[in-house]
Amino acid sequence: MPDCIYLHYTVPGDDFTRAGEASADLKLRLKKLGIPPEAVRKVSIALYEGEINLAIHAHGGEIDVQITDDAVCMTLSDQGPGIADIPLAMSEGYSTAPDEVRSLGFGAGMGLPNMKKYSDEFDIQSTVGVGTTIKMAVHVD
Amino acid sequence: MKTVDLAVACGFTHAAGEQAHLVHGIFAGDLLSWAMGRAKEGDAWFTVMGNVNTVAVAALADCACVVLCHGAEWDTIALQKAKEQGVELYCSPLPEFEAAYLAAAKLNLPLPQA
Repeated sequence: MPDCIYLHYTVPGDDFTRAGEASADLKLRLKKLGIPPEAVRKVSIALYEGEINLAIHAHGGEIDVQITDDAVCMTLSDQGPGIADIPLAMSEGYSTAPDEVRSLGFGAGMGLPNMKKYSDEFDIQSTVGVGTTIKMAVHVD
Repeated sequence: MKTVDLAVACGFTHAAGEQAHLVHGIFAGDLLSWAMGRAKEGDAWFTVMGNVNTVAVAALADCACVVLCHGAEWDTIALQKAKEQGVELYCSPLPEFEAAYLAAAKLNLPLPQA
């Protein structure tokens, strides 16, 4: 494997039939690279939740991935409305998802908590009216 | 137990996906993030959400299969996505609890501790 593999995905906004394409592609690539299954699973869960959040709340966004021997690092950035109260948004069960999204099975208020739970490193920065950037890393043992 | 054997034992109807997985446990629920975070690899997932997002979550969470309960029908996009991603889909006329309870019995799963 090269020292570092870079990948980029664009997540369309408000298209829930395509949400998960980046996660599915990355999962396939990681399996082919021989990344341990548990690490692949953690990356898949964390990134899928991120994709859904980008589609639901930010009208889409960008995902950059770096894969090294030590970790899978993911940066999700958007120019959505931003998050006014990050601790509240990080609490399990809190959701601002609209009803039409909830009817699809989303909006349980577990997106950000799952992203943090399944990441070994997690950081979120957000400015209302500007956008949100989330950095996650899953260690590869 | 193989998914195909569980399906025959429980009367589940095959809807999509190659019947090639092994079932180790059960997960039941309709909220996708709950399934994403709590379903375990090899679980048979019982739900009433028959859309494409269920298939995406099942694939990413490595579920053995998904059983759509209460006689609900998979939508066509979900069926297509399942074929592409190798996710096994089934249908059952039973409510979620009854279908999951029946499957747990066939799998000889122990009763959970109170």
